Amino acid sequence: MDTSGGGGHKKGPGVKKGKKLSTRVDLTPMVDLGFLLITFFIFTTTMSQPTAMRLFLPKDVKNPDEQNKVKNSAVITLMLGKSDKIYYYEGDSAAGLKATDFKNVRDIVVDKKRRTDAKDFVVIIKPTVDATYKNTINILDEMTIDGVKRYAMVDISPVEYNYIKATEKANGIN
Amino acid sequence: MTAMCDVAFLLLSFFILATKFKPPEALSVITPSSVSTKTAPEKDVVLVTIDKDGKVYLSVSDANVAEKKTMIDAINTSKNIGLSDAEKANFVNIPNAYIGAPFSQLKSYLDKNPEQLRNVIKPGIPAVDSTNNEMIDWFRAAQDAFQGRKMNILVKGDDASKYPSLQGVIIALKKNDLMKFQVVTSPVPPPLGSELYKAQQATGTKAVD
Repeated sequence: MDTSGGGGHKKGPGVKKGKKLSTRVDLTPMVDLGFLLITFFIFTTTMSQPTAMRLFLPKDVKNPDEQNKVKNSAVITLMLGKSDKIYYYEGDSAAGLKATDFKNVRDIVVDKKRRTDAKDFVVIIKPTVDATYKNTINILDEMTIDGVKRYAMVDISPVEYNYIKATEKANGIN
Repeated sequence: MTAMCDVAFLLLSFFILATKFKPPEALSVITPSSVSTKTAPEKDVVLVTIDKDGKVYLSVSDANVAEKKTMIDAINTSKNIGLSDAEKANFVNIPNAYIGAPFSQLKSYLDKNPEQLRNVIKPGIPAVDSTNNEMIDWFRAAQDAFQGRKMNILVKGDDASKYPSLQGVIIALKKNDLMKFQVVTSPVPPPLGSELYKAQQATGTKAVD
C-alpha cells in the first residue's frame, strides 16, 4: 500500500495514477442554442417595425370651375359595403350595380384600366358607414398595387346607399 | 470552435441589446396591412388611434414634451376646462399618455393616473361627424404647438373599426388644412403578378411610398 504523503516521491511502478479528467467540454449544443437565439432576435428586430402609408387629401373646392372633371366613360366607382363586399359600377349611373369582393376587385380594376385611356382613368372610392377601416385601407392599398394613378375617396350619396341596401337585401346580407 | 462560439455570442449580445422591445401599449390595435415599405416616423408624431369600437384617441410622441404642454394649455384655455398642473402633467409627463375623453369629461379623465385609467371605460374623443368633432380643436392645438416643425400625423386604426371614425378624423384634418397624413400598417409584399409586382421586377426597386 502506498502511504506516502507527498514529499515529491514518485509513485512506484505498477501503481495506477488517478484518471485525469478532460477539461474540454463539448460546446456544440451551446453554439446551437446561441445561433438559434441570434436568428430569433434578427427576425424580431426587423419585423416589429410598422410601416406607414402616405395619403394626401385633396382640398375641398367650392367653385365648380376649379373642380376636376372626369369623363364618364373612364370612371369606375367602387363602393365598400357590409361584410367585406364591394359594389361597383362604371360611368355615372349607380343603377347597374354589381357586387364583388376584395379577392376579385383587382381583376375588375385592371380590366377597366386596360379598356380605358390611361390619362382619363379614374377610380372613385366611396366607403359606406358599414365598411370597416380595414376595407378602406385595403382598397387604397389596392390602388397602389394596381398602379392606379388617379383615385379619389368621396362621400357616398344617399341614392347610391339605397341602391346598395337594395342589393344587399337581394343577396341576403343584413 | 471557440472562435466561432465567441462570434456567435457576440452577435447574440448585440442583437439582445439592439432589440427595442415594444412598450406595453395601453391601446391594443391590430393594424391592416399594406404594400408600403416606408417605416413609420418616430419623431414629432401626433398619433390618432382608432380602437376596434371606433373610439378615437390622441397622443403625442414622448420626446415632444414642450409641444404636449402647449397643446394641453391651449385646449385648457380655449375650452375653459380648468385643469390643474397635476392633471396637465398626467398628459405631458407620463410616457404613452393619451387623450381619450371629450372636453366635458377631460378634467375627470386626466385626474386619473395611467394605472387607474387602465380599468376605466374610456369614452374616446368625439369625432364622428363635423358638428361634434373635437378632433378639429385638437388638431388645431397640435398645429399651433408644432409651428415651424414638421408634424407627422399618424393614423393607427383597428381592422374592425368602422369607416365613420376615419371619416371624422379626415374631416378634422381637412378643416385644419392638414392635407398630408400617414396610416400605420403592417408590411406585406405586393401580390405575385400584380402591376406593382411587375413594376418592381422591372425596375429592381422595392421602395413603395
